[in-house]
Amino acid sequence: MATANPSIAPVVQLKPPEPSVLKRAARSLLKAKWPILALFILGAVVFMALFAAQIVPKDPNRQNLVERLFEPLHRDESGQIQYFLGTDGLGRDLWSRIIYGAQVSLAVGVMAVAVGGIMGTTLGILAGYRGGWVDDFIMRLADIQLAFPFILLAIMVLVVLGPGVWNLVPVLGIGQWVTYARIARGQTISQREKEYVEAARSMGAGDLRVMLRAILPNVIAPLIVIASFNVASAILAEASLSFLGLGVPPTVPTWGGILNESRDQILAGKWWPAFFPGLAIMLTVLSLNILGDWLRDFLDPRLRGK
Amino acid sequence: MFVEGQGEHLAPLIWMRRFMGQYIVRRLLQSIIVIFGVTLLSFLTLHLAGDPTYFYVSERASEEEINETRIKLGFDKPLPVQYLNFLGNLARGDLGMSIRSRKPAIELVMERLPATLELTFFAMLISIVVAIPIGIIAATRRGTAADGGIMLMAMFGQSMPSFWLGIMLIIFVGLQLKWLPISGHVAVIQPFMEGNIAEGFGNLPEAIRFLIMPGVTIGLFSLSRNARLVRSSMLEVLSQDYVVTARSKGLRERVIIMRHAFRNALIPIVTMLGLEFGFLLSGVVVTETVFSWPGVGRLVTNAITQRDIPVVQASVVVFAVLFIIINLLVDIIYAQLDPRIRLR
Repeated sequence: MATANPSIAPVVQLKPPEPSVLKRAARSLLKAKWPILALFILGAVVFMALFAAQIVPKDPNRQNLVERLFEPLHRDESGQIQYFLGTDGLGRDLWSRIIYGAQVSLAVGVMAVAVGGIMGTTLGILAGYRGGWVDDFIMRLADIQLAFPFILLAIMVLVVLGPGVWNLVPVLGIGQWVTYARIARGQTISQREKEYVEAARSMGAGDLRVMLRAILPNVIAPLIVIASFNVASAILAEASLSFLGLGVPPTVPTWGGILNESRDQILAGKWWPAFFPGLAIMLTVLSLNILGDWLRDFLDPRLRGK
Repeated sequence: MFVEGQGEHLAPLIWMRRFMGQYIVRRLLQSIIVIFGVTLLSFLTLHLAGDPTYFYVSERASEEEINETRIKLGFDKPLPVQYLNFLGNLARGDLGMSIRSRKPAIELVMERLPATLELTFFAMLISIVVAIPIGIIAATRRGTAADGGIMLMAMFGQSMPSFWLGIMLIIFVGLQLKWLPISGHVAVIQPFMEGNIAEGFGNLPEAIRFLIMPGVTIGLFSLSRNARLVRSSMLEVLSQDYVVTARSKGLRERVIIMRHAFRNALIPIVTMLGLEFGFLLSGVVVTETVFSWPGVGRLVTNAITQRDIPVVQASVVVFAVLFIIINLLVDIIYAQLDPRIRLR
């Protein structure tokens, strides 16, 4: 993706060969403070999600009306902390529910991005490579989608289809395809006429092979940056939709869902059932955004070395 | 499209009007296509789950009743015919009857629209008026603690679920500190529309008290994004030749920033205004629910829980059309301001 700039080309040639991408990434990460912290938080959340069943102190769905709305750090008679983050309106352990909530939030975020990313990248490369009416058609479709707030249509679709992960993921994914498509298309157009594409074609590679093997690896870097931001926005969107009761059925704890259930306690001034799931969402999204920022700076050659 | 060398002999005024007109016509056509796209999507959505008749009858409806409703609403006809009917009704402002209240859905939406617009515009105001100075401060003090602090706050602001912020504001600012009301609404646009200008202005101070918390809730994300945008475009502009020239002329830093840099740094913000509005409009749905704001957003949430499809559909269509019109207006105004746009 390096743009050919004749004025700086000789300077680049004088430099020693650059170390591999992974090495450079590791080095750049170690120098930056925030991305390391972000990576650490994200790692913890992923760990929570993967080993939820092993690390939860209590059954997240066990109700106990006698122990409802216990404050955080609630101690039992022996002075031991019984509920780390307190209990919700039905006496369920908030900490356990938040640990389980990580599963759905992360899974939905990642899957939505996978759906949107694959769909958008495919259509974008196709549009850029083919041009003509294919390009026009795909880009008009993108315009239509960008021309109004997608979350509204998502609401409509989920009201008709009903809530559930398998309805939520495609809806969120489709909400994102445009960003990938636009960038993939632009990149493809700038790569299409390059010598290496020409070379691949002259060696007899078919269109599909050229698109997958020659163009895709050269357009993917900015798409990865977009993906990291989009996991964050998919998590936020999932939380909003779950908050409206359109996300995942209430039997499955999700961060947005826990927040939704806490609404009854707000007026009573009980802050913790709402505070902690929101905090979990914020920290996760914040980490993803910080990492996305870092990744963008790292992958953008104009910023490298500054 | 503009062809080089073709308009050169024309007087500048005619030349401008000609291409300006072309731009508007092109944008108008685009908008019409998009409105068709939106209506088609919201029409098809209704049919995603199969026969939509079941949304319009009660759970205990008999077979006979269901058949009757299906024929009455035209769901027995082929899809293309149904779509044409839908468009025809839409043109007459008919988006069906609310299932729960038996009133026209569009009427319910329109009743609630002024309150939603008040909230959206207020959020937009906050997101711009606050973002510009703090973005400038961050850019001009690049690398200092002030810059770092502002950017960190902006990062947080972009990572918060807005409804969570709303809930926290209600609990801590509303209930514990008792600084601001946690729900309620004083109409401003409504009296203006009815011609009571004095009442509209009189309501303003009280209305703002109710607007602050929901406004901040919706606007914080945009505020943060705008602050970052102002900062980065300021930084870009500040390194331009004409700023360097202004500086070497010996102009004061204040003048350089306000007269030379700031205006050009605003361009990316202006470009975003239209999209911004739509973004804020979609934030309204959850925030209105949190603050019991009597707008379209809460109407939608209630309609969702009651599965009142015509109301959901009417709200989506009204929001989309509103969004498209506002974007069109912003683009046209923007093209007037920046000739590079209409000549593209």
